[in-house]
Amino acid sequence: MESFFSRYRNALVLIGVLVAQLLALAVQARRPAAESADQHTVSLARYVVVSVITPPERLLHATGHWFGSLWFGYIDLIHVRRDNAGLKQEVERLRLEQASLAQDAQQAQRLQHMLGFEEHYIYKTVPAQVIGTGGSDQSQVLYIDKGSEDGMEQDMPVITADGIVGKLKDVFPHTSQVLLVTDPTSGVGVILETTRIRGILKGREYGQLQVVDVSPDSRIKAGEPIITSGGDQVFPRGLPVGNVDNVVPDPEHDPLVDVLVRPAAKLSQLEEVLVITNLSDAMSPQEVKDLAESEAESEAEQKRASDVLAERLPSRIDPNAPADTNPEQLVDAEGNPLKPMVAPKPDRPDKFSPNAEPDATEMVPGQRWAPVKEGTEELAHPRQPQQPAQNATAASASGTAQETTPGGSTTPVHANTPAATAAPKVAVGAAVHSEAPSTASETQPGGSVKTHVVVDGPVSTTHKTVTLPPSEIPAANQAKPRSNPQPAPDNNSPPQQPASPQGGQR
Amino acid sequence: MALMASSRREADTQSFPFLVYVLTPLLALGLQSFVPLHFPHFAVLDLPLLVVIYFASTLRAPIGATIGGALLGLAQDALTHQPLGVFGIAKAFIGYLAASLGVRIDTESIGTRLMLTFIFVMLNDAIDWILVRHLLAEPIAWGWIYQILRAAINTLVAIILFALLDRLKSRE
Repeated sequence: MESFFSRYRNALVLIGVLVAQLLALAVQARRPAAESADQHTVSLARYVVVSVITPPERLLHATGHWFGSLWFGYIDLIHVRRDNAGLKQEVERLRLEQASLAQDAQQAQRLQHMLGFEEHYIYKTVPAQVIGTGGSDQSQVLYIDKGSEDGMEQDMPVITADGIVGKLKDVFPHTSQVLLVTDPTSGVGVILETTRIRGILKGREYGQLQVVDVSPDSRIKAGEPIITSGGDQVFPRGLPVGNVDNVVPDPEHDPLVDVLVRPAAKLSQLEEVLVITNLSDAMSPQEVKDLAESEAESEAEQKRASDVLAERLPSRIDPNAPADTNPEQLVDAEGNPLKPMVAPKPDRPDKFSPNAEPDATEMVPGQRWAPVKEGTEELAHPRQPQQPAQNATAASASGTAQETTPGGSTTPVHANTPAATAAPKVAVGAAVHSEAPSTASETQPGGSVKTHVVVDGPVSTTHKTVTLPPSEIPAANQAKPRSNPQPAPDNNSPPQQPASPQGGQR
Repeated sequence: MALMASSRREADTQSFPFLVYVLTPLLALGLQSFVPLHFPHFAVLDLPLLVVIYFASTLRAPIGATIGGALLGLAQDALTHQPLGVFGIAKAFIGYLAASLGVRIDTESIGTRLMLTFIFVMLNDAIDWILVRHLLAEPIAWGWIYQILRAAINTLVAIILFALLDRLKSRE
């Protein structure tokens, strides 16, 4: 037995080391890191290594930074005054622009609160220097020089001015590990800005980015911006992610496609990043002040604009001006008003007033009480005096026409009534949008009248020739053998003359 | 090219100053973590693996190489976000193989170093891929062209690195 161990000592040590690590791997793989009971042990091991490795890195980084500062801060200062002045102006402009955007954001926030959304806005960020990497192309991680003592916490989003970078994974007292979005194990909720297609951004092999499992859509074009959706509860909504680079089929989930993404931030050359430490809908005092200034300036500009507009346009209606009898003459060839506009006066009393119609018990079946829709003629009312004959023009689409009597008064004639269809009475304007027949008559030998009846129906027009005996011909129509339909009066045409006792047709 | 150890000198175990045992792995880890910040393609190298191969094949102590490889691999794991043990297992196995082969073959010739380093880098990546892909069920890429290029680059760098480390030997 002793010879066995001594003979295979090396192999046994190897097996022991491998088995121990395999067991450790199995434990870590079985329990997620956040729920693991031995998380403290794992963190301790990482902490020991990071504590040994990162101080030299910080030292190296600080040394390089010192040399860089020496060069850029004391030697390479050409044009710095001019650049400073330009930057100050840029800051002022950006502050106003930011205030304007903050106003819009506030409005959008109110609306989203109304809709039940909870929107987070970046309120506080902490700048951090990148001091190291994970050291492996399989593990896309970075190390920054800020840790828990600087307020860092797990899952805090890390960004740059260009776009998102990743999130904090492990936080040590003076150092934090950033899991880049290019890592295959990361996931970010994103939206394609133009097509509004949602997806999950994941890392691809060799540090590429992709939005996985997207339904094929021909609208997805290269160059389309991609922003965060806020659905991952890590990144605030609307941060730039990158642009669409290409669309490739997903080999594992046919027919879905993967959208390859060109990251907005330069993830391979990061030196400084911003860690978002607070997401809040509150604004800083400076932002509140800028917002107030912007609002005051906006009101002043609106007031100036309204004053200029008031000088250029006719503003008020002059009550003493003469009535507007011909509005077209008040406008020149270019459409500009020549005189102050006056309110038009009604040419007839209002018949739409409440209680203007009689009770239902007094109404007669088949008789309309409402005025015609498109004509200018109004219907007679039994309790009201008849309208003068000058208004007797067109009938209505309801099939009514007016019969002009020798006395000058008019009575309604309904197209469905026998008097309107059989008798060749003169129907004034009956052919206009009317179901009532229009007639054309000529006197036959013997006193009878051969009448050509044109009936405009709702769908088609029919022509009939009817011969009537002299006993059925009214006196009014016998005097006028032919009557042509009258076109519908135009609202702009001058008022019609009263109908003649013979029928009012010319 | 003499592959097998043909003389006592070639088969002798060699030693280094104590600081070399401590500082070389730390420096390898530090450079591996720091340099890719400014030269992203530097991540294609695996300096800790090269250090394990060199010390294992030079010292020819399988147990020490196994444990040393495991510790260096665990330290490398600690710098990443993946579970501890992936690099530890791979480098422990590579250290054991390199030390076992170092007893039998001449590991100081350039040809042997080229061939062994290339094979060990490929084997290390294969073990990593198997562990991550099948034990941890996490996505990891394997491209033959990329892996061969990576192994070739590491081999070329290893020739220079091994020559530098040879100068630190303390021969008795």
